[in-house]
Amino acid sequence: MIPYTPEQLALRLETAFDVEFTFHKVDKLVDILAPLDRDSQDFILGWVDRIASTNIQISYEFTRRVVEALDRLDRRVIEAWAVHAMDTYDSKGLHPALEVLRKVDDFLAHAHAHAAGAFFDEVKTVLSNFLCGLSGRRLALKQGEQVHTDSERLFLPNVSASMETEADNFLLCKARVAFMWAQTRFGSCRVDFAAEFAGYDDPARALAAFQALDNLRLEACLARELPGLWRDMQGLSARHRDAALAPGWQAFEQALARDPDKPEAVLALLREAYTLEPPAPRVYHAALDPQAIAGIRNARMAREKMLLRVKLAQLAQEQREEAAPQTSDKPAEEQAPAQFEARQDGQAWELTLDDQPVAPPEDVKQLLTSVSLDWGEIPPEMLTAAGDGEYDPALYEDKEKDPNEVWQGTYHEEGAHIYPEWDFARQHYRKNWCVLREIDLKPGDAGYVDEVIDRHHGLVKHLRRTFEAMRDESKLLKRQVQGDDVDIDALVEALADSMDGREMSDQLFMHMHRADRSMAVMFMVDMSGSTRGWINDAEREALIMLCESLETLGDRYAIYGFSGQTRKRCEIYRIKTFDQPYDDATRARIAGIVPRDYTRMGAAIRHLSKLLNEVDAKTKLLITLSDGKPDDYFDIYRGQYGIEDTRQALFEARRSGIHPFCITIDREGKEYLPHMYGHANWVEIDEVRKLPLKVADIYRRLTT
Amino acid sequence: MDSAQSPTESHFITNEPYYEPVGNEVSLFEAAYANRLPVLLKGPTGCGKTRFMEYMAWRLKRPLITVSCHDDLTTSDLVGRYLVKGGETTWVDGPLTRAVRAGGICYLDEIVEARKDTMVVIHPLADDRRMMPIEKLGQLLEAPPEFCLAISYNPGYQSVLKELKQSTRQRFVALSFDYPKPELEARIIRHETGLDESATAKLLKLAEMTRNLKGNGLEEGASTRLLVHAGKLIAQGVEARAACQGAVSLALTDDDDMVAAVNELIAALF
Repeated sequence: MIPYTPEQLALRLETAFDVEFTFHKVDKLVDILAPLDRDSQDFILGWVDRIASTNIQISYEFTRRVVEALDRLDRRVIEAWAVHAMDTYDSKGLHPALEVLRKVDDFLAHAHAHAAGAFFDEVKTVLSNFLCGLSGRRLALKQGEQVHTDSERLFLPNVSASMETEADNFLLCKARVAFMWAQTRFGSCRVDFAAEFAGYDDPARALAAFQALDNLRLEACLARELPGLWRDMQGLSARHRDAALAPGWQAFEQALARDPDKPEAVLALLREAYTLEPPAPRVYHAALDPQAIAGIRNARMAREKMLLRVKLAQLAQEQREEAAPQTSDKPAEEQAPAQFEARQDGQAWELTLDDQPVAPPEDVKQLLTSVSLDWGEIPPEMLTAAGDGEYDPALYEDKEKDPNEVWQGTYHEEGAHIYPEWDFARQHYRKNWCVLREIDLKPGDAGYVDEVIDRHHGLVKHLRRTFEAMRDESKLLKRQVQGDDVDIDALVEALADSMDGREMSDQLFMHMHRADRSMAVMFMVDMSGSTRGWINDAEREALIMLCESLETLGDRYAIYGFSGQTRKRCEIYRIKTFDQPYDDATRARIAGIVPRDYTRMGAAIRHLSKLLNEVDAKTKLLITLSDGKPDDYFDIYRGQYGIEDTRQALFEARRSGIHPFCITIDREGKEYLPHMYGHANWVEIDEVRKLPLKVADIYRRLTT
Repeated sequence: MDSAQSPTESHFITNEPYYEPVGNEVSLFEAAYANRLPVLLKGPTGCGKTRFMEYMAWRLKRPLITVSCHDDLTTSDLVGRYLVKGGETTWVDGPLTRAVRAGGICYLDEIVEARKDTMVVIHPLADDRRMMPIEKLGQLLEAPPEFCLAISYNPGYQSVLKELKQSTRQRFVALSFDYPKPELEARIIRHETGLDESATAKLLKLAEMTRNLKGNGLEEGASTRLLVHAGKLIAQGVEARAACQGAVSLALTDDDDMVAAVNELIAALF
């Protein structure tokens, strides 16, 4: 294809940068882009448009830098670089984002390595699961600047690129993860660094010596625990040309290999090692950050000590009640606090109370593991069950913040669900974009439902009858090839046929077909401000009709309302969960559906799909009751952005096995609903009044 | 009563199956058998329930008839049905009827998989009546003292649909099975595969790792059976990583991320 002419390029860039208002100069950019081939031009212009949809300044900066990068950087890296810049803009703002782009020189300096680099997002899933498989405390994998662990989280950089090839860089990430796991598993994190290094003139040097020794010890541990990985690590180190150990350190290596399990072995050698120059770390070694570890550890140890003793008290009480229920009326003070004994067998924990074995529940096992990692063993005093009221529950219980208090005092995102959002112009997700909370709906007037049922008396009766007929009932199938019983009619006919010399049929059996209707339905109800008035009434009435019908049918269903304002406050209102019965409380909640704010549909669909997928059913339906387009407060969500995000969220839902369907009363629905839901998966109801009748009817058609 | 049926003799187990008792399950089963009580085996898949039944059948010298239950298993599949043969209808006993007539052990594997209405036919057999009505023949079959009913059930499936009804479960003496302790599991693997100690230890560690992943992406950890499969492949000369990938990671899950993660665990060990 012929490259674009400078005029064409100028026009494209002027449009992208909106030069009429921004006054960016495009001449220089045209000069750099003009000599490129058409393919490269298309690639760059594509990204210019995508970034400009987020921010024009960033796009301009990108264009200025990208050409010099193009020859030396892989397109995959350029893409990652651009997306990283936009993510930085989303989370930190314009200036840090421009900084990322200006650092293209850093990217260039490691051009080759970056092309083969292992990106955190790409390795995270596999390595998190890998980490979960290794024993010990549950650890989380996070992105950070430096490779280190704080004993609960492991940090890996955004890009790991110290090795030549992509495969080696992945291996490097894996080796680092395993190495940091070893630091938590084999006690490096339980050393009291401040106390241990206090006797040295230069604590920093002591730390360096400790680290070097500890690395040798952990290598010995890994060689024993994960021999396959250790072999790979040796290979990595050789390919990275790590320096060989000095003779003095080789002696330490041998000494530590004899009993590598405890960090005390390292402390014993520290004085001697302090005098030597520490060796350079190997490529996969992780730094020890005493401050990060100490901060986290002290808080955790205090909390776990309480928690373990409280949990043991609960366990002891359960045991005693089980053993002698008649004595449980004895006041608690008369009983001595229960004293447990714990023994570790491989990875399993065995608890004994009064010489009786007690099976520890999963959370106690986790606690025991964590405590033994912090203390090196389980101190006996921690195995004494806590007395009544010994600790204030507020100190160890996870506090749940009231979701309604979000905007009172300081804004917080604790306990909220965070969802990504699809930016169609960028053709990428905006990460951690929407903050969604589940909120209990305030019950409304309890008499409302009865009043509606009274008013629609005839309709309710009709619907119940239709739905009853739909119940998938068992039926006897005749003339089957296989079955439980001989179909005598068929047999007689077949025998007559054979007498006549005709071929005898083999369909001689009857088979009982049993009903197996395994269906779960999620109703997602629009509670935006635009439903105020009779739309809201119609929605509520429709839901009541539906519930009455579904109760006769026996399908599992849940009802949630959604609304919100801005991406920081997406709200889902619990009206009826799958487990709740259709009782007075649920009826009152249906009556309590009131119009709220806006409709940011993507996040709501993502959240409700997640809930729906936790239910075990053959067929899963997500039915949206809506009155218009996705929309949000002063936001780009109005318009194509919102439609595309909703479409993407529905696509994700479909991919996970959910069938979405939309019932709308928006007369313009045909303009955007086919694009979002597909041609057959939506229906428009022209008269609001008909909604209650239609919804149940549509449901019937959908599920038969 | 029909030549098409395999003779009950073929269900006798003549060679002692290899079985390592984990606890007191053998004596419990024998006591239940002596008292004509039906038995319920609980435990995750691949921990040795079926092997235990074979072993007990051999010990008690009774024929063992195993039925693997599936979601379309009907009452007729268990009790029997009429078939058409040359213009005549012939009655054919189902496996449960055969076991009752022969005084054997009928083992219904993974009973929760069967249709709910099917489970009810075992009720009169499973309480002190020990009767089996065959409606279509108009017969009431009384089980001989040697007859024994055993069912198995995996409570690990966290699904309400796969729960055993109280009316069913409360008729049985329950034996709980779990993965054997490490030393015992090592002995089993060594016996079944002939692998040496270090390779066995690695397989055990792999099992432990996958069991850590249970509930975090895996429905179940690797069972003893999978370890034996992997061990057999290794003993046959298959390269260890490939053997474990085939026998463990791909067998455990279809989820690409999880397969990759388990493969990384395998690569870390072998």
